[in-house]
Formats: sequence, C-alpha cells, structure tokens
Amino acid sequence: LVQTKSKKTLAKPGVKNIVLVEGVRTPFLLSGTIYNDFMAHDLARAALLGLLNKTSLPKDAVDYIVYGTVIQEVKTSNVAREAALGAGISEKIPAHTVTMACISANQAITTAVGLIAAGQCDVVVAGGVETMSDMPIRHSRKMRKTMLTLNKAKTLSQRLTLLSKIRLGYLTPELPALTEFSTNETMGHSADRLTAAFGVSRREQDEFAFRSHSLAKKAQDAGLLSDVLSVNVPGKGIVSKDNGIRPSSMEQLEKLKPVFIKPHGTITPASSSFLTDGASAVLLMSEEKALAMGYKPKAYLRDFVFVSQDPKDQLLLGPSYATPEVLEKSGITLDDIDVFEFHEGQILANLKAMDSDWFAQTCMGRKSKVGVLPIEKLNLWGGSLSLGHPFGATGARLVTAAVNRLKKEGGQYALVAACAAGGQVVFDL
Amino acid sequence: MDKIVSYRHKSISPIIICLHYSGSLNRIKPWFLRGCLLKLLPFFFLEAFRSHVSYEVKDDVAVIRINNPDSKVNTLSIPMQREMAEVMNEVWANGAVKSVVLISSKPGCFIAGADINMIQACRSAEEVTALSQEGQKMFEKIEKSPIPIVAAINGSCLGGGLEFALACQYRVATKSRKTVLGTPEVMLGLLPGAGGTQRLPKMVGLPSAFDVMLTGRNIRADKAKKMGLVHQLVDPLGPGLKDSDVRTVEYLEEVAVGFAKGIVNKSIPLTKRKGIMQKLQDYAMGIPFVRQQIYKTVTKRVMNQTKGLYPAPLKIIECVKAGLEKGSEAGYLEESQNFGKLAMTPESKALVGLYQGQVACKKNRFGTPEREVKNLAILGAGLMGAGIAQVTVDKGVNVILKDTATEGLSRGQDQVYKGFNAKVKKKSITSFERDTTMSCLTGQLDYSGFERVDMVIEAVFEDLSIKHKVLKEVEAVTPPHCIFATNTSGLPIKDIAAASKRPENVIGMHYFSPVDKMQLLEIITTDKTSKDTTASAVALGLKQGKIIIVVKDGPGFYTTRCLSPMLAELLRLLQEGVEPKKLDLLTTSFGLPVGAVILADEVGIDVAAHVGKTMTKAFGSRLDGGNIEVVTTMVEKGFTGRKAGKGFYIYEKGSKSRNINPAAEEILKKFKLSAPPSVSSDSDVQYRLVSRFVNEALLCLQEGILSNPMEGDIGAVFGLGFPPFLGGPFRFVDAFGADKLVQKMKKYEEVYGNQFTACQLLQDHAKDSSKKFYK
Repeated sequence: LVQTKSKKTLAKPGVKNIVLVEGVRTPFLLSGTIYNDFMAHDLARAALLGLLNKTSLPKDAVDYIVYGTVIQEVKTSNVAREAALGAGISEKIPAHTVTMACISANQAITTAVGLIAAGQCDVVVAGGVETMSDMPIRHSRKMRKTMLTLNKAKTLSQRLTLLSKIRLGYLTPELPALTEFSTNETMGHSADRLTAAFGVSRREQDEFAFRSHSLAKKAQDAGLLSDVLSVNVPGKGIVSKDNGIRPSSMEQLEKLKPVFIKPHGTITPASSSFLTDGASAVLLMSEEKALAMGYKPKAYLRDFVFVSQDPKDQLLLGPSYATPEVLEKSGITLDDIDVFEFHEGQILANLKAMDSDWFAQTCMGRKSKVGVLPIEKLNLWGGSLSLGHPFGATGARLVTAAVNRLKKEGGQYALVAACAAGGQVVFDL
Repeated sequence: MDKIVSYRHKSISPIIICLHYSGSLNRIKPWFLRGCLLKLLPFFFLEAFRSHVSYEVKDDVAVIRINNPDSKVNTLSIPMQREMAEVMNEVWANGAVKSVVLISSKPGCFIAGADINMIQACRSAEEVTALSQEGQKMFEKIEKSPIPIVAAINGSCLGGGLEFALACQYRVATKSRKTVLGTPEVMLGLLPGAGGTQRLPKMVGLPSAFDVMLTGRNIRADKAKKMGLVHQLVDPLGPGLKDSDVRTVEYLEEVAVGFAKGIVNKSIPLTKRKGIMQKLQDYAMGIPFVRQQIYKTVTKRVMNQTKGLYPAPLKIIECVKAGLEKGSEAGYLEESQNFGKLAMTPESKALVGLYQGQVACKKNRFGTPEREVKNLAILGAGLMGAGIAQVTVDKGVNVILKDTATEGLSRGQDQVYKGFNAKVKKKSITSFERDTTMSCLTGQLDYSGFERVDMVIEAVFEDLSIKHKVLKEVEAVTPPHCIFATNTSGLPIKDIAAASKRPENVIGMHYFSPVDKMQLLEIITTDKTSKDTTASAVALGLKQGKIIIVVKDGPGFYTTRCLSPMLAELLRLLQEGVEPKKLDLLTTSFGLPVGAVILADEVGIDVAAHVGKTMTKAFGSRLDGGNIEVVTTMVEKGFTGRKAGKGFYIYEKGSKSRNINPAAEEILKKFKLSAPPSVSSDSDVQYRLVSRFVNEALLCLQEGILSNPMEGDIGAVFGLGFPPFLGGPFRFVDAFGADKLVQKMKKYEEVYGNQFTACQLLQDHAKDSSKKFYK
C-alpha cells in the first residue's frame, strides 16, 4: 500500500491505479460469546452495511462484491451474495465467495483488484467473514450414504433393510477438520514443529504474545482502532470493542502449558490465536472513479504475490518466501517500508527464516538472506494473537490496519503478509 | 504371463510366529521382506583415545554421543562397549552430573544391533555365552544407575541397541519413518542375548514381548509408544535454520535433556499410569496358570509354523519362562547359555549366511549406469506387469503401463491402486502420497510417449513370436539408448534378442509373483548384453527394493531350471500314488514354505506343463520325471490350478480348507505307476525331490550360469522358497555332506537312471570332503 504523497511512485505505465477508499471491520470477538447466535452472513452483512454507512456510498454504486471465508456454512455457501442481499444491495449486483484458508480475505481483495484492473468494474467491496461459534457438523460418511440411498428406496421393505443396517458407529458426527487435508496434521502441531525447527524459544514466544496484547490494548485505549464498527447484536446490545485483548504479565504467560505438542511443545494458548468470530470489508475503486465520486483515497494498492510451499514442513512460512518476491517486483527494499502488518501466525519463525542465509540458499533458492525485519515497525496496533483471527476476515483487517497506520505515522509504503494453510501467502504493497 | 513361483503372502516364511493372544492380531510378515539389521564391521583393536563414544556436560546433564567412525551405522562392537563403559564410569564419578542423555550422532541410526562379526569370530558356545554375559552385566549397571539415563532414539534401534535402550530409565523416540525398534535376532537364528528376553516381558507384557521377539518385526515409534516401549515421542522437524535431519536430532537432544532434568526434579514421572486393560492384563499375568497357558499356546504356534525346524523361537520361550518362573538370575543365565548354543547351530549359520548374501545382493557390482532410468514402460498389465509397475512408480520413476485391451489395462491399474490403498489402510502412507504416486502411472493402449522411455520391460504372453513382434514394435518407437528387458521365466534371452537391432540393449529381468511381495529379481545377460545395460537393470531392480542375482542365459536360467526337475519328480510321485496331502506334509516338514503340490497349483498346471516341455526339449531325458500327459490332460479339462479354482486341489472363495480334486485323482489313476519300495519311504520321497533340485543348482554353477554359490543360495531361498534354515542348496550340500547326498542319488539312479546322476561338481565335493562352497 502506498500513500498518495510520494517520494517515488510505484505506479506502472499502462496499469490502472487502484485505490483503497475505506476499510472497516466488526469487533473481533471470542467464539461462543456475543456473536453466538449470528450466522456468518449476519456478520458479513454487518461489515458491509458499516462500510456503506461510513463511506456514504449509495447502494447502487457498487459493481461487485467478493468475500472470503474458510469454514463454509452449507446453507450460505456463497456467503457474499447472502450478505449483499441482506444488506439491501440490489439483487442485480453479482457477488461471489473465495476461499484460501487464512488468506481468504486477501484473495478477495486481490480478486477485486483484478476486476478493476481488467476494466470489468470500478467499485468493488471485498471482505472476509468467519464464525467459529457455529460450524457445520455433519453426519458420518456412512450415515450420509445410508440416508441418501434411503431417499431412493421405493418400498417399505427396502427402507427397513436400509434402516436396519445403521450401526451405532454411524451416529458419530464429523467435525470440520482444522487439519491439513493432505498431511492430516493440525496447524498448531505444524506450527510447534516449525518453531522448533527455527529454534524459537518458549521465552521469545511469550514475549511476543505479551507485546501483541500490550500494543493492542494501547491502540484500543488510544482509539486508534478506528476501523472497528459498532454492531447491534439483537438482544445483547451494541458491541464496539474487540474482546480478546488480555494484557497480562510475563509470569502468568510462563505458567501456561503447551497446547499442541505435549508436554514438551512451546506454543501455549497465549502464543496462538484464539477462535474468533468477525467480519471485515474494504472499498476498492479505480482512482478516476474515486476522485469523480469525490472520495479522498487512503492508499494505492500496488503489488501482490501468492506463493506456496510444502504443506508439511513449511506450512506457515509464506511471508518469508513472498516478502523478497514482492519487494523485487516493486523495485524497493525492506528498508523503504514504513509499516509492516504481518499476520501473527508463526511470525517469529518467519523473522528467523528471513534472517538466515542457510534458509535462503537451501530452501528459497536465493543467493542471500532477505534481511532483518525491523520489529519497531511491525504490528504496532496489535495483531492476530491479541485482536483475534477470524480466518476468512483477517486479510482485510491487515490491509486496513496498514493503511490507517500509514496515515497516522506519516509513512509511505506498507507491506502486508500472511501465511495460510496449504502454505500460501499474499502480499499487498 | 504369470511366473513360476506365486506363493500367497502368508506362506512365504516359516520362521515367523504369529501370536494371537487376547485379541491382539499380529500380522505375519515374511522376514526376508524387511531391511537390514546388523552391519558388518571391520574389527578394531583397542585404541588409547576414544573414537566411538564421547560426552559433554550441559548444565547438570551428561549428553553421551555414540558415533562409530567407520560405518554409516552404530553397532555394539568391542571398542564401542569398552568406551561406553569408560564414559559411564566417568559420568557416574562426576558428582556434578545429575542425569544422562544417551544419543547417537548418526542420522537415521541409534544402534543397529550387535556386531555380527564379533559373534562369528567365536569358536565355541562358551565364548558366545561370555560375550552375552558381558553385555548383560553392562546393561545391568545401566539399569541400576544411581542417576536417570534417558535414551534419545532416532533411526534404527534394533537388537542389542534396543536392549541397551530398554536398560535405560526413560526412552524418547522421534516419529521419523526411519525410527524403528525391534529384536530381529530370531531372523538370524539367535535370541536377544543382552537381557532382552528378561526386560521385554516386564516392560510390555508377556503377549507383546513374545510377539516382538518371535517375529523380529520392526516396530514404528508410534506403535512402540502404545506398547509401552518408549515414554515420549518427538516430531521430526522440517528444514529451518539447518538441515532437517541435523535439526531433528538437535531437537531430540534438547527435548531429552528437558526430560532428564524433569525426572531429576520429579516433574516427569518414570512410571506411566496404567489403564484398566493394562491392570487387568497384569493381574491375569500374575496367575501362574494363565502364564502356563500362554507358554503352551505360543509353543504350539511356533511348532505349527516352524515344524520344529528353527531352534531359536523355542529357546526364546524357554528364556522368558525361566526368568518369570525361576527368577531373574536363572533367566539371565538361561539367556546367555542359550545365546551361546544358538550361535553355534547350523540353522543360525545358514540364516546369518543368507543375511550376508542378501546384503551383497543389494549392491550393484556392475557400477553406476551411464543414464538413470527415469521413464519406464511396461508391456502387459497382467499380474506381473502391474506388479512391476507397483514397485517402480513410488520410486520416482514415471511408468507407462501398456496393454492391448481396456479390460486388461483397467484390471492392471486397479491392482496397482489396491496395492497402495492397502498401505494407506495400514497407515504406512497417506492417501495423498497414494494419489501423487498414482499420478506418475499412465495407462495406455498405444505407443505414445515411448520416444521418452529409457527402458521397456515386457510382460506379455510367453510365446517367442509374440515377444519378437513387440520387440520390433518397441524398437521402432523408442530412442536408441532404450533398454529392452524381457520378463520371461523360461525362454532363452538370446532367442528373443535374435529379432533385435540392438541386442546389446536386450536383457532378461525375471520377476517373481506376487512382485510386491517376492524379493528376488533374477537378471539374465546374454553374451551380447552390454555391461551398461546390466548396470542399468540392476540399478532399477535395487530401486525397486529387490535382492538381485545376475545369471547367464540358458534355458530356464537358474531358478526355473532348478524348479523344473523337482516338479517333474513331483508328478512322478503323484503317479506313484503318493497322496497330494501327504506330499505337501512331507515337503513342508522338510522346510518348504508351501507344500509342493500346492506350489504346482499356484504356479499353474499349464505353466508347469509348458516349462516342462521346453526344459525337456533343451536338456533331454535328464529332466524327465512323471508323464507329461498327466498335466496336458489336466490342462485340457481346465484344471490349470489355483487361478481356475481347480488343479490338484479344489479352491473355493472364502474357504480355507482345500479338498482334493477327485477328477484330477481320476487322471492320476489312469496314469498310475507302481512305486518301487526301495525308494519310496517318506524320507526317500523328500530326498528325491530335494536332490534333483540341488543337483540342478550345482550344475548351474558348474556350467557357469551362476557366478558364485552365494547367488545360487539367495536365488533358491528368496525366489523358490528353499528352506531358509538350510541356507540354500549350496550351503545344504556343505552341511549335509556331498558324499551322503551322492549315495542317496546313486540309489535312486539305479531305479530311475540319468535323472539322478550326480553332476561332476557334486561328485568332486563327494570325493574330497575338504571341498566346501563356504569356508
């Protein structure tokens, strides 16, 4: 993301300038708390309406809507469309949903960028949503098979034969898996192995978690989290604050037990994101359109890269791979960047990876290491550990936070990175 | 076309004991199918400095590292044991050390077992017993260590290595695929002789201990944890700031040091809380009557499986029993004495010889080929073709499986899929690995893509004109460097190569059915086959995990040629009125993994008839036996063996019992011969079959088909099921006595003529008893 005032523009000849007009999100809440009765499209609608209100954008001015989500509610598999209809946006406006694990919202944003760049649309809302308070729990495969065959059974005796085949084991429900389908390993487990591979100590992780919560608390108290909307939850009142920020002491953090690899793992509840509900949205336009409509765009969206790696041993290392690539694409260096917003999923391992010549040469096929990422420019308003991580929505939060920080801190370039299941990453610049 | 030997998996190995106790179903796995255990080591003399064991003290934990400087694996050799004792004494004397971590510096190997040369160098049972007792003493000291010792295991932890780990107070293992625990001694005709028979039952319970020791199978880390063999598991790490293997071992050490400290400050308990099932089992094992029943059941099973031909399993039971019933002192004594006795048995020597032969046959003595085979085409998607595809496609080789009809092709592809899917069910690979592997297999009906193929293996119908036809078709579409390998079981390779424009690229690759289970590959070279072609074929075979013998061309090469006279004799015995069931009993009690008649049914009566005719044509009356009309009549009636459901026996799906096929009996009656009483005792029946086999094997060496006796033994045991405890036909002649065998053959020769004429080589050995195939 590049702010408009410029020492050096990253605009490319022949490519349309695409701008971010505004970004918002619902408060991110611990799953099973206030959003308990909301379905995913309810949250998505709240973010969408909030964005329209904040920008006073007429409902008929939107050309297209893209949302990202991870665990899909089967009834609303195109959650973008359901949210749009619920928000009173014309039924003539198309919407689609994308999924790419934890970078689903980033994928939604880059999809929007593509639509604008290709001249298909001028005004696109992109966002993401996730609720872990409710998720589709299915009958077992065997039970589903029986039930589907039952549909086709014509006579009573056929039905009875089928029913008689049901065994107690058929009734075991199937939970949506948080494991990698290809490796059958949970993300936490993989992350713990990753921290061990990079020699990230328990102490370092605790300190980083402490930092994240403290910075988030400070930002919240100072009113810096201006992207957070106030949402009225029927019967439960208005929420306007994230409720997962828990600044505590290092002593308390040290007492926590590892959650994934027991008993000798290093990742604890504090150094991993809690299950979160929330939605986010950003308004993207072509620069001419934004100016024509009288908006003052907050930032340009310049470059992005998606990369992918081995889903077993390098699951969460996307940012390390993508950072140098996107910088080279834009022709700037790590030092030029003023604001870093990285998803806090195994960020420490990524920092160590980027600072290692061995890793650069052996795994990334580069001549030398990417470099030391200046931690004083990183996630200064908290991150996924403290604010929460609704899988599908985090990407848009990162982008909005980066833009708002650029404005506040007076920087020029921002870099956003996140890692995702399946080992991919996105980068906006 | 299906090959000469097709055993069902279950019957391959007689030495494996399957233990079904309290519902624990343990799969039978042929022991030949598994990897190496003990490695040869050059003998080392005492040296002043320490080269095998080193240690450093981290905080108050002594980290002892094992690293044999001269080998890829660690073995418990004499210098290793001496240095270990020194280091332990230093550590125990150091008051600042509160605990110990024992770890290997070798990637992929903790300790692979005892040094087999050390045992082979002993001349008497007493010497071996003394070795065992030294080991016992050392591990006793470890067990009684005043400070806790944590064994940190990554890679193979086998035999003496496992016994060492068992003596430690705590065990941590990585979940790496290379990490396997086990006591493979039984496969070498030995027993765990350094306390294994005493500690295992206490640690994992009687039934599991018997299972581990009697099968000798490799146990993966997660299973070992479930059994109670190890306390904690550590995940292998991916590449980070260092190489994955290096970092994993470092991490294992860090975690083990953490546990060692934890044990000292009592935050880590040494004993696991037992579940209800465990408590119940312990209670049951406390009842002498229950234990007696277990001994009885296990002994019965061992006898069933081994026919009493293998002494080691019985000795293992004795040792365990002595320890539990008479106290540990008696147990340890029994263990060391039995270990000494076993090491001197011919069975153990034969099995060790086979092991060493197997190691030798896993090397490519023809050097590295100029070009690696990256794209392989297989012609014919039958049992053999698909089997070859299955063992190749998961080794990073792209495989084209070509057939002439969609039905055949689809059946073949299904066979490969089923093979990998079975591995998914056993959890040895993931469904994703199955899918990515399968994506390297292309099924097709035409020759498209053959321009990229480095080697073609044909497994089409066993008919010379068809072989010529495909050879010409293939040479027209493949690049000049492409090798043409034929998977024939009997046709001479030079006859097939006669149609080739590039005979230097033609070679025989004789696989055995089922390809994924049978370990042998017989490679056949003609005078024209180039050395590079041979090197390439061996390299591919090794990649496929095969044990390889390389033989010269000739009718039936080596394996088919040995089997053929035995089958001819079998037919004659049947005509002479010996019941099939009795023949099977006599042959299995001699040590064959399956009865000879069942073997004939498995091979296919039609195949046997075809091979019989070809061989008699090539070698004349010497290879005659029973009347070939018997089998041709059977083939006419459709009794082609197991595949048709009817041969000498009737095979019904889902039924395990086999009944005699009365119609086949009728045919045999029609061709009935009278049995000469002088050569028809049970023992004569056995030796008539075996002597023809053995004589033919020796003849192959005499004629230069075989390049050495060792390959002959390996081929007979791994390809044809020659009794492993006899070590193969050549070792059998050494042990049994060539003169005794010649005497027996003379007796048969008087009745049947030249079929029993001992070959020159055998006669030479009979005349001079100092002549041996193995020194």
